Amino acid sequence: MPATSTDRIEKQIVLDAPHARVWRAITDVRECNQWFGVSLATPFSVGGTSSGKVTNKGYEHLVLGLWVEKIEPEGLFSFRWHPNATAKGVDYSKEPTTLVVFTLEQVKEGTKLTIIESGSATRNARARPAPRWRSHDRCRAIRC
Amino acid sequence: MVEYPTLDLVFRALGDGTRRGMLKQLAARERTVGELAEPYRMSLASASKHVKTLERAGLVKRTVRGRTHYCRLNPQPLAKADEWLREYERLWDIRLAKLQELLRHPDNDGRDR
Repeated sequence: MPATSTDRIEKQIVLDAPHARVWRAITDVRECNQWFGVSLATPFSVGGTSSGKVTNKGYEHLVLGLWVEKIEPEGLFSFRWHPNATAKGVDYSKEPTTLVVFTLEQVKEGTKLTIIESGSATRNARARPAPRWRSHDRCRAIRC
Repeated sequence: MVEYPTLDLVFRALGDGTRRGMLKQLAARERTVGELAEPYRMSLASASKHVKTLERAGLVKRTVRGRTHYCRLNPQPLAKADEWLREYERLWDIRLAKLQELLRHPDNDGRDR
């Protein structure tokens, strides 16, 4: 049952597509860009960063960056980011990050995708410091 | 010291189990800092620190009567945080709808970006 509380958002959906296809749609950066509404340039790799402009209408001035934590083929994909980095000219590098975890499971009807975003607050960020986010990382990633 | 928008302070304040517990206690009625500390077996100083964090986020109002500090819940920032979360959750719904759309097109292999 999807549940949302103050420091956790959970979404679950059964997708009518094979497991491998869903995995690719999530972890292939080009496909991910299409449904996520971003233009990330760097392929996802464990410990790596990827960033790019938001392509959703009205949010094009935003640059989104994420840090990949885990890639367990066809099972689990997770990253950290600053979900609330929406104000112009604000340095979010010291803000606590949230952890987004995608898990896939094969079911009769297709593929069950569960997304859990947790730690809207400091606890998780304190346990593991937010990765440094420098402006030149951003430039390199979007080739500006 | 970096200045954070209020919502950041609210989420920070809510990011701690002790503080969430304190808010729960305050939801029932006004309490003293000592009463708030009691269930956690913590010192008054530690409890006061948590209360300060809640105060900064606007979640708690403190009044001093005599030598006793009384705390009461101020729910407005909670409503704002909730509103933000609902809106944020909606973003995930939009993304998931787009993902479904992408998967519905077998020809769309995402290579043409």
